Amino acid sequence: MAKKKREAPEINASSMADIAFLLLIFFLVTTTMDVDKGIVATLPPWVPEQEPPEDVEANARNVLEILVNANDQLLVEGEVMDIKDLKGITIKHITNNGVDPDFSLSPQKAIVSLKNDKGTSYGRYLSVYDRLRAAYNQVRNDFSMNTYGKAYDDLEKVDQKKVREVYPLKLSEAEPKDYSGGGQ
Amino acid sequence: MIRKKGGKSLPKISTASLPDIVFMLLFFFMVVTVMRDTDQMVEVSYPKATELQKLEKKSLVSHLSVGPPTAKWQTKFGTAPRIQLNDRIATDVKEVRTFIQNERGKLKEALQGKMTTSLKVDEGVKMGIISEIKTELRKASALKINYSARTNEELSDQ
Repeated sequence: MAKKKREAPEINASSMADIAFLLLIFFLVTTTMDVDKGIVATLPPWVPEQEPPEDVEANARNVLEILVNANDQLLVEGEVMDIKDLKGITIKHITNNGVDPDFSLSPQKAIVSLKNDKGTSYGRYLSVYDRLRAAYNQVRNDFSMNTYGKAYDDLEKVDQKKVREVYPLKLSEAEPKDYSGGGQ
Repeated sequence: MIRKKGGKSLPKISTASLPDIVFMLLFFFMVVTVMRDTDQMVEVSYPKATELQKLEKKSLVSHLSVGPPTAKWQTKFGTAPRIQLNDRIATDVKEVRTFIQNERGKLKEALQGKMTTSLKVDEGVKMGIISEIKTELRKASALKINYSARTNEELSDQ
């Protein structure tokens, strides 16, 4: 308590806390913590004329055909399927390398075709899209682990591009058809 | 100070470090704060997904929400899903293109190609309206898009 000989007079800092609290409360109120997360995608550029069908010579076996109807049901290669199995069958399709005659000849030739109904819900569309991306991400990651010994995300940009060239994501999205008449 | 001599007055607790603590919190919140830009006029419940990426460079992102109008706006716009562009509700899907062009005009020329459009779409919206929006985005050559979604905990371990 006893002061030493001579000291510069202290500035009263007791109101500092009040001022800081005021600012703190302001920022607390205005803060939105949610980070915008999502699936990044690239749309194909718009071609004014009617688009010529891509890859006319694409064999039926190279195309994994996915249809989603207005009741959010899935039809893969003509068979009804649960969404849980979609990732597995997509991986099988990409990494087939010509073994199974129903699936693709090589990863470079593999195409995934996704067709929706106008009445399909966005939630279902995105979950299907998400499963497809998950399949590609896993295939790429496995390849990257075997070749570089690192996860795909940890690779250099150049190497990531090489991996993407080995397993290119060829997703063809057709304009939704109004099969059910349920879309507005 | 601490030794009780007289035992009469209680020792004061020093509050000298209180401003420091408060300032620490203040700086934390200042750094993480993103000012709320516009109020949501449409209700959006995000779909769930696992393959999520964080959106970087907030200044390059323009937001586009689709969903049923909130209770406040239902009298004016009804309950059918609508498109919200910044702080207004679009009456026609063609407005998306002018909106994108305006947003792009606000950016520096070098960055215009990196513009991302974040689609915040309610999971119940039908694909018909989404594909119309996507067509408009393609016509406006805003090809980088982001489907906003929440993390799906059930599937993320697979």
